[in-house]
Amino acid sequence: MTLGLYPGCSLKGSSREYTESVLAVTKACGIELIEIEDWNCCGATAAHNLNKELSLALPARILSLAEEQGLTEIVVPCAACYGRLTVTKHEIAEHPELKESITKANGLKYEGNVGILNIIQMIDKYITPNLEGRIIKPFEHKVACYYGCLLVRPHGILQFDREEDPQSMDELMLKSGATPIDWAFKTECCGAGLSVSRTSSVGRLSGEIMKDAVDRGAEAIIVACPMCHSNLDMRRGAINDYLGKEIDVPVLYATQVLGLALGIDRKTLGLQRHFVAVNI
Amino acid sequence: MSSEAHQSVLSGLAGEVLEHTGVKANSCYQCGKCSAGCPLSGEMEYPPSYVMRILQTEDAELEEKILRSFTIWVCLTCEMCYSRCPMSIDIPKMMDFLREKSIREGKANPRAKKIIAFHKSFLDSIRTTGRLYEVGLLVDYKARTMTLMQDMVLAPKMLSRGKLNIFPELIKERSKVSKIFSRSTKKNK
Repeated sequence: MTLGLYPGCSLKGSSREYTESVLAVTKACGIELIEIEDWNCCGATAAHNLNKELSLALPARILSLAEEQGLTEIVVPCAACYGRLTVTKHEIAEHPELKESITKANGLKYEGNVGILNIIQMIDKYITPNLEGRIIKPFEHKVACYYGCLLVRPHGILQFDREEDPQSMDELMLKSGATPIDWAFKTECCGAGLSVSRTSSVGRLSGEIMKDAVDRGAEAIIVACPMCHSNLDMRRGAINDYLGKEIDVPVLYATQVLGLALGIDRKTLGLQRHFVAVNI
Repeated sequence: MSSEAHQSVLSGLAGEVLEHTGVKANSCYQCGKCSAGCPLSGEMEYPPSYVMRILQTEDAELEEKILRSFTIWVCLTCEMCYSRCPMSIDIPKMMDFLREKSIREGKANPRAKKIIAFHKSFLDSIRTTGRLYEVGLLVDYKARTMTLMQDMVLAPKMLSRGKLNIFPELIKERSKVSKIFSRSTKKNK
């Protein structure tokens, strides 16, 4: 089967290993992902902070391109892009008067009928039903599933999982052979867009997240968002400074863990690209 | 007074917020759950529940303080406040509106200079190439903020791990993306 793919900017650069693991897992499970041609950035935090119209027009162009290219359902592995695309689809559906000005700007038609899946939804829908007997190398470690903000909020629009104590990633980890721990920071914010402009806040927020996970015995943190990953992994220096100790617990994408459990080799899944070495 | 009659008397900034975002500041009954759950409230001069209360006063002097606050810029739009609000007040949507208005009226808090510089560098990168060019973003941000040495230790590590593209990815229809930008920024002025 085939599905559309909106990778987003991080997945082409600083979070390349997320793309690698998404492609490796889907390929192993017989799913072909077709990248939306000529996609643009969704505008992320910068657009909705500074300019509402831009924050809707940029994602709308992406959805229009998917429609034009005959993609009826797309997977958006980046939680932030997933949020922006889903919010845009919702806003245009709720306020049809927005459609005209937005389509005028990008010169494309917009019907609003592309299905948008985050990575966990895609796996739940197309991979887990056929997973039996395929887990050949169970990931036998205690893991803390970290959902962050944008995978589950705003719940009224995303309608995915629960906004407090979500379970979907924990269930996926159980199926991959891991033992998800119960912990308190599943949906706390890592500091996201302040990574560069206010690194000290990120050190504190991500530090508290890491501390709770480690105190409760997690051997790895599992994420489904490139911003969560870069703050917990690349910003480990700021985290260690905040906590006053060195923490070497690695951060893996859910797709990397699933890939390992499916028997895919570490390099194909991009494990060597992390700042904090994956020694488990 | 019926709730509709109550709404119609909202004026000042609260009225503007209602008109542009549908957020009703007068629904807030000051339970404080937003401020308790906000991961940044400790870094704000007015945590979210204070902002709501100020909007309810319709006091122009206090409203001005909100538009000039650091609060609205350090808010990460993590949506925790919204998800815990018993009245389902979309505080993040209101924050987006307040930020846009603050910038448009030249009232952005000086302490937020770096945060805003980052957003502007980010958008400039997309305007030119259609996609975010991370190297370009960082160079532009450093030039805007004169933080030349910050994060320099990260760059070689990112390069050796294949996490930085030296060249930007250019989309074909860059002119369309630029057009989206010019339309939306024109309206904004």
